Amino acid sequence: MKILVCVTSVPDTTARISFTDGDTKFSKAGVQYITGPYDDYALSRAVELKEQLGATLTVLNVGEADAEPVIRKCLAIGADDAIRVNAEPTDAYFVAEQIAAIARQESYDLILMGRESIDFNGGQVHGIVGEMLGIPSFSPVMKLDIEGTKAKIAREIEGGKETLEASLPLVLGCQEPIAEWKIPNMRGIMTARTKPLRVVEPSGSDSLTKVQKYELPPPKGACRMIPAEEAETLIGLLRTEAKII
Amino acid sequence: MLAYHFFNPELYNIKGCHRLLSTEFEPMIATENQASIKGGEFLIKETEAAQIFIPEEFTEEQRMIAQTCQDFLDREIFPHSDEIDSAKDTSLMESLMDKAGELGLLGTSVPEQYGGFGMDFNTSMIVADYIGAAGSFAVALSAHTGIGTLPILYYGTEEQKVKYLPKLATGEYKAAYCLTEPDSGSDANAAKSRAVLNAEGTHYLINGQKMWISNGGFADIFIVFAKIDTDKNLSAFIVEKDFGGITMNAEEHKLGIKGSSTRQVFFNDCPVPVENLLSVREGGFKIAVNILNIGRIKLAVSGVGASRMIFNHAVNYANERKQFGTSIANFGAIKFKLAQMAVKVFATESASYRAGQNIDDAIQSLIAGGMPEGEAKLKGVEQFAIECAMLKVHGSEVLDYAADEGVQIYGGMGYSAEAPMERAYRDARINRIFEGTNEINRLLSVDMLLKRALKGELNIMQPAMAVAKEIMSIPDFSSDEEEGLFVTEKKVLRNLKKAVLMTAGAAVQKFMQNLQNEQEIIMNVADMLIEIYVAESTLLRVEKLIGMRGEEAVSLQKDAALIYLHEAVEKVNSAGRAAITSFAEGDELRGMLMGLKRFTKIDPINLKDARRRIADHAIGENKYSF
Repeated sequence: MKILVCVTSVPDTTARISFTDGDTKFSKAGVQYITGPYDDYALSRAVELKEQLGATLTVLNVGEADAEPVIRKCLAIGADDAIRVNAEPTDAYFVAEQIAAIARQESYDLILMGRESIDFNGGQVHGIVGEMLGIPSFSPVMKLDIEGTKAKIAREIEGGKETLEASLPLVLGCQEPIAEWKIPNMRGIMTARTKPLRVVEPSGSDSLTKVQKYELPPPKGACRMIPAEEAETLIGLLRTEAKII
Repeated sequence: MLAYHFFNPELYNIKGCHRLLSTEFEPMIATENQASIKGGEFLIKETEAAQIFIPEEFTEEQRMIAQTCQDFLDREIFPHSDEIDSAKDTSLMESLMDKAGELGLLGTSVPEQYGGFGMDFNTSMIVADYIGAAGSFAVALSAHTGIGTLPILYYGTEEQKVKYLPKLATGEYKAAYCLTEPDSGSDANAAKSRAVLNAEGTHYLINGQKMWISNGGFADIFIVFAKIDTDKNLSAFIVEKDFGGITMNAEEHKLGIKGSSTRQVFFNDCPVPVENLLSVREGGFKIAVNILNIGRIKLAVSGVGASRMIFNHAVNYANERKQFGTSIANFGAIKFKLAQMAVKVFATESASYRAGQNIDDAIQSLIAGGMPEGEAKLKGVEQFAIECAMLKVHGSEVLDYAADEGVQIYGGMGYSAEAPMERAYRDARINRIFEGTNEINRLLSVDMLLKRALKGELNIMQPAMAVAKEIMSIPDFSSDEEEGLFVTEKKVLRNLKKAVLMTAGAAVQKFMQNLQNEQEIIMNVADMLIEIYVAESTLLRVEKLIGMRGEEAVSLQKDAALIYLHEAVEKVNSAGRAAITSFAEGDELRGMLMGLKRFTKIDPINLKDARRRIADHAIGENKYSF
């Protein structure tokens, strides 16, 4: 049994967002990077499955050298080895292409990742990887158990929960409560540096997207309270100020 | 907590002083290489930025360890703070210790062959720092890993280590330390507990009463100090709870750290096998003193973690709380408080990790010289016992400052148990009391410095004489020498050192062996020493940082170092004045006050603007951001 967990290195949720180069680049200055929280759930479940099934567990990141602390943290949490595809993760298609290229060589039984990254929140990579490899993909997966060559999955759907069964290999986009986040222990931290981290160059086409401009969302305006009996004032404001009716 | 015999009169005989005073004069300031930095030497030697370790140099692994501690607190401790402090479920603290054990947080200092991780001293400081924010839990963890485990690690026989350390490193055994008694706190060697060998010669029977025993309620192992027969000095024993003859009072009701188990423990003919004597008979006092050295510097850095947490809450609240139509973070009075807190935390970090690395280096150099590892670790810390004592005082007082201003920024909510400041305020207070009260540690730092001087280990007398001579001469009005980074600030630091040498030198000459009766003056001198050490550490950290990242990238850190230095100058001046006016008269008084004025001169800068820059950045980041 071979498990691949794809992780993103993303700005901490409390990071202050700013741009440089004429608003065409995200400014990394002073920003702390963390493992994508949803990827962290995927990794945590993968570590449990590894222990339970005696599987091997590889982490994969498409990113530049500054993502390595995040990768080593994944090794400290329990992955056996790691691969970094040395490229800026510009868009979902490009990243999926890199993951698929590695997966074709290594034929994993299970490819897990977060339901979405928390920087661009595209939520597309798992689906594209599944299509590229010609295997099923599901997201957002909240529960995962493996029985032989079958996966039992619970997935969040509009207004409820879907329970399904699928044959391996599979691609899954994960979210809580699939597992509890794991904190790396001292032993894991000390052994992380001895675990292999292979750096490979990207393959396939160049990135197909180009960033023209970044913008911050407009600041939230102050809330104005209008008494219920003054509904006309409200309608007036929606027409003249907010211009939405 | 600590027996303390202040100023051995034998060391203060006139003959001894004369010998020291009459040796040849040497230049006052020399620069030493890293391996040969000695404890206390900061006062007479100039340290270079390259020689000190700064937190920005932590390895990726060390950062990961810090993050593990932070994650553990965020997940297991902070959401349960009320439950922990209610202490209704007595097994809760035990189970949290077990979880910390699973993560390996209890075994960082224990060597790998005994089931731990054998991490270096500064890495164990990181754990103390980040866990330090956890109040009650931090006390439980540090009592276990520090005073509970280290006596066996450093003084145990091989059999004792093999038997106890692996279980202590995982948390299967939890440890407590029984030194203090109702009538012996700071004066620990006055303990009344007795150990008597039984008729068969197989067991010591321990009788006595111990107080304020952290982890008492759930400990499996007690390090117990008692005097054998009519011995003058204490011996130490490893006592298992199951040996029998141990009873306890109910949990103490305390001002803070309410979730930490604190009991009175009674030993009634508690039979301890002879092989459980730690070290040698009457070796207990030495164990107590040396283990407390380590506890002190760890306590200093745990105050950093707690202060950082307080700061983060405070800046967040200041951003959210609106008054007069705006966030209170926009008010200068609040910015001042935030900046002061941040500067003090930054400064304490600088000094703590500088000393931590000095200790690591000393340990490595002793091991390289052929000393066994355990002994080298103790000696390494002992070499920097002065810094450990000073930092304990400083770290605990910075924490109290942060807690106090934290409450103030929260205003009414700061006084409410609904918000985190109320607990932080109560929890902080114990740090000025345990591990040797701050008064004892102030006395100790000056006492150790003078003892080392009199033993000839630290050449303080000659620089002190040189300063005495300098104040009699015409002041040097020549304008500043060479140009370069912090040239004038370093001159200020050199002068501050002269101020303390002048003050302490005159006090020693005046009182000789009676200086021990002048505790007020010793407190003043200790305050001067502490401010100088911390200001120097902060300045050197920033100098090193500028070398690493360039001046522009660390302009706020530079502001912090300058603010700290300016305040240190004020404090050295006021402590110096208080000391000098306590004993000098007439021309001597006038001469020394003029000298003090000369040595505490600094060109003014706009401190308000510097503080605003620091506060504005932290307000923008909404957290401690150095």
